[in-house]
Amino acid sequence: MFVAWRDLRFAKGRFALIGAVIVLITLLVGMLSGLTAGLARENVSAITGLPADRIAFDGAEGDGGPSFSDSAVTGSQWREWARAPGVESAEPLGIATTKAGAGDGASTAVSVFGVRPGGGLGPVPEGVGDDSAVLSEGAAEALGADEGDSVTLASRELTVAAVRGDASFSHTPVVWTPLGAWQDIAPPSGPSGGDGGGEAATVIALTTDGGPDTDAAVADTDERAGTTTVTKADSLAAIGSYTSENGSLQLMRGFLFAISALVIGAFFTVWTIQRGPDVAVLKALGASTGTLLRDALGQALVLLVGGTAAGTAAAAALGAAVSGSDVPFVLTPGTVLAPAAVMVALGALGAALSVRRITSVDPLTALGSAR
Amino acid sequence: MSLELNDVTLTYPDGDGRLTALDRVSLEVPGGGLTAVVGPSGSGKSSLLAVAATLIRPDSGSVAVDGERVEGLAPGRLAELRRSRIGIVFQQPNLLASLTAAEQLQVMAQISGRPPRRARPRALELLEAVGLADQAERRPHQLSGGQRQRVNIARALMNDPAVLLVDEPTSALDHERGAAVVDLIARLTRGQGTATVLVTHDRAHVGAADRVAEVFDGRLRLPAATG
Repeated sequence: MFVAWRDLRFAKGRFALIGAVIVLITLLVGMLSGLTAGLARENVSAITGLPADRIAFDGAEGDGGPSFSDSAVTGSQWREWARAPGVESAEPLGIATTKAGAGDGASTAVSVFGVRPGGGLGPVPEGVGDDSAVLSEGAAEALGADEGDSVTLASRELTVAAVRGDASFSHTPVVWTPLGAWQDIAPPSGPSGGDGGGEAATVIALTTDGGPDTDAAVADTDERAGTTTVTKADSLAAIGSYTSENGSLQLMRGFLFAISALVIGAFFTVWTIQRGPDVAVLKALGASTGTLLRDALGQALVLLVGGTAAGTAAAAALGAAVSGSDVPFVLTPGTVLAPAAVMVALGALGAALSVRRITSVDPLTALGSAR
Repeated sequence: MSLELNDVTLTYPDGDGRLTALDRVSLEVPGGGLTAVVGPSGSGKSSLLAVAATLIRPDSGSVAVDGERVEGLAPGRLAELRRSRIGIVFQQPNLLASLTAAEQLQVMAQISGRPPRRARPRALELLEAVGLADQAERRPHQLSGGQRQRVNIARALMNDPAVLLVDEPTSALDHERGAAVVDLIARLTRGQGTATVLVTHDRAHVGAADRVAEVFDGRLRLPAATG
């Protein structure tokens, strides 16, 4: 690193320029990561927060895959799951999007999550009647409602029993209701809905014992009940808006990573070509190729780590500033440090591919007129 | 300390055939001796230097640096030989733009795996020997052509080489500064005891050499003592 450090100091302008590019790309990637996580949270937090490990959808596994918007399970399917081996808990979950209103004229779109009171799936305690609802903080804030107030869901008036959690689904705040109330508000309309089973819902949330035979037992029960069961993580793909939104944002992130690797690779390609005569001299003087490669890679890493650290700090500061506002931004090590690590790794790869041309520099060229 | 070339032949591809750059050249330079090699452009002077510097493998013949035969050595060992026993003074100073004069010399310690900081006293000592004690912290663009060439010479001596190979050191200098540089090389050769080969096309500066060999069409004419 003897020459590399001095090059960094000597060619300040050149390295400041590429350093600034790395800072800006890292800032962009960091902000995009935080925003992606924030949007994802608004889309899926009600599902990821469920105390369950698998979700059973109505219908056999088809080409289109399960979908929360198309699924409608029956009471008989639920009962089949409730007595299935390896299943510790099976709770029907109704999901519907509707308009909620409050007494002072405030209204907002909400996702109504219907659960059995005291079933443990949602914050609806046992004994709560079908004329009550539990609002998430987002719903309470949007409606200006608090415990004891009245809200209307699809023209049905309900009393707010409590305000719990900040769950949201498909970018709308969640209102938890007893399953009976949910069935009145949004009766299932899928192919299996309304068969008179009583507890018709959208999906069944399952808690399995995680034993070695669980997968086989789940497959058998799926076949008997006519359902498709996936893990909770995989069930996120059944939220249409999440799949398309997250896919687009991840694609943008991927392109930014690729662009950063290309930009850094291009810079070090030009830099290595410019240093060709110096490298030839050092080789002629006896420097080993390994020493020269280590020097060049060390220089690239200093630039990468420095630029990425500055960009990450800027992204964290900006993220902290906006995360309290309406901007859906999640500031965690996962959204800030993980992209930074990927940036450094891909940048180092780009630089390594560029500086490898050091190996082909002929020391004889240092003698000038030898050929 | 010595350099020996025995019956060295070197050819380059030239269209369908091959061009003979060195034709059965033999040369022995003892430690403390300065041999000037003169000849017109394209006669094979620089090829002779490149073979002696282990930068090209000859088609046939042998080269021994400080008693060690170099044919058959792996590239890594040749690089080690160059940094430990061969000093090269390039035609152009070829100094690194980001380094000061002292650091140009310290880099020789770094490529040899020694801490450059510890090599600084030796670097300053050599810069003093070439008359640049007060220029140690200047970068190449702050030095004159003659000063850069003297840094080039000092760098070549940094690792106490057994063999010093000097390639047209006066080509970019006027007569007076060229003569001063050749005199410096002669003085250092005797002082350090290196086996020095000075390649030049300019006969005006060969007076300081112990002997002068002439290359023409790849053949080395037997040197004659010049006193």
